[in-house]
Amino acid sequence: MADSVWVPTSASVAPAAPANTRHAAVVRVTHWLTTLAFLGLLVSGAEILISHPRFYWGEAGNVLTPPLFKIPIPSSRATVPTGYGYVLPDQNGWSRYLHFQAAWLAVLTGSVYFVFGFVTGHFWRNLFPGRADLSWRALSTVIAKRLSFRSAGAGESGSYNVLQQLTYLFVIFVLFPLVIWTGLAMSPAIASVFPASVSVLGGQQSARTIHFFVSVALLLFLLVHVAMVCIAGFRNRMRAMITGRASNMGLK
Amino acid sequence: MSKLSRRKLITTGLTVAAGATGVAVAAKVAQRYGLIPPDAGGFYGPGETLTYAAQRLLTRHSLAREFAPSQISQPPFANAVDPPLGEDFRRYQSASFTEWRLSVDGMVARPASLSLAEVKSFPVRSQITHLACEEGWSYIAEWTGVPLSHILELAGTLPQARYVVYRSIQSDWWESIDMADALHPQTLIAHGMNGGELPVGFGGPLRLRLPRQLGYKSVKYITRLTVTDTLKPFGKGLGSVSPETGYAWYAGI
Repeated sequence: MADSVWVPTSASVAPAAPANTRHAAVVRVTHWLTTLAFLGLLVSGAEILISHPRFYWGEAGNVLTPPLFKIPIPSSRATVPTGYGYVLPDQNGWSRYLHFQAAWLAVLTGSVYFVFGFVTGHFWRNLFPGRADLSWRALSTVIAKRLSFRSAGAGESGSYNVLQQLTYLFVIFVLFPLVIWTGLAMSPAIASVFPASVSVLGGQQSARTIHFFVSVALLLFLLVHVAMVCIAGFRNRMRAMITGRASNMGLK
Repeated sequence: MSKLSRRKLITTGLTVAAGATGVAVAAKVAQRYGLIPPDAGGFYGPGETLTYAAQRLLTRHSLAREFAPSQISQPPFANAVDPPLGEDFRRYQSASFTEWRLSVDGMVARPASLSLAEVKSFPVRSQITHLACEEGWSYIAEWTGVPLSHILELAGTLPQARYVVYRSIQSDWWESIDMADALHPQTLIAHGMNGGELPVGFGGPLRLRLPRQLGYKSVKYITRLTVTDTLKPFGKGLGSVSPETGYAWYAGI
């Protein structure tokens, strides 16, 4: 399994490598574990949201407080004035159990990925853009190419383009840490140990509101990510993330 | 190639064995130090155990945030009780709760049945803390009451005590906490709120206030405290009524 990681080095021995390695085993396993965790968090998070689809800024907020904004959906609690004449069934029990179990899976998987990424140089090699790629000219070329919806050429399928690199870096180093931080800041026990982690966000309700927006950003990333995989060739990309091997570039 | 696979097989085998041993040892240590929650069985057991163990290790002595009087929510929100309060509660209420009693039993040297007046005669602590509901809403209020640790000290908790079970006049509402939370200075038997009596809507005459956990652990209308070394005999043995209705026993998150 893991020996597929080393195929690129052997490629120099046999220049016409029939199959090139796209993703290391650790990347593939952590990718799918994160997918599993993310889907669990998404479903349970949506259920928890339904019990109080109102958002506030500051430390405290409830139905007697003017909200920052409301989501115009029915609620699973009769105490929430939604304008709908009915109350949805309460799903918070299992949703909360699932949310935190999936959060642990995401955090533990993410930790493995972080250590792997730094130790093996995966972040430097595959995700940090080269200086040349970051020039405006290079960036605009890539953006124009994306906007024309041309599928990735053969030369591109072995590495990420600069837009992908920047997106993945943003998700890995900004969105994921932020969603974990704002999630923990909602915990009264964690707030008792790290009070500053809540106050710098503006309060516990602010943390909840930011948590919601970051989750929406992550959901948008997921949708675009899946759409791009489909555009770039669903079967090939799925094979690459499951087996580690991209298809032979020369042969169709 | 076959040499490599054999080596890999051995390494994988050793890793799995080490991992399994590690988990088994961790479980033993966790059990020894009281880091396994009573609802640790079932599919969500691993997540619950990780959360409870991690937070218990981190938060044994930490204090919930306290706020300035200007941050008190005006007005606070009294979540309705379900089911509505019954006939016996209204009888107590019409007599201004003079007949209300808080009994302390179980693993204590001196079991007691305290009147409301006695509870109010104990030294009080006031704290302006956040009450956060698992649904997502919250309010800040000033709570006044006697620290639970004071009552436990009066009753003489036996050394083997591990949990305190607390019950409401609503028979289907009961909860429990470990000794770290029971002896925590901010865990109150509250009888006052925002400078006045604790209103019935907010749990008066007596409510347990546990600011480091979510609102559903702060049970209203407290009538009985039972000190115990095991939660097995209570209800379905899951620690409280919450896991029996699908909610986590530990609500620090």
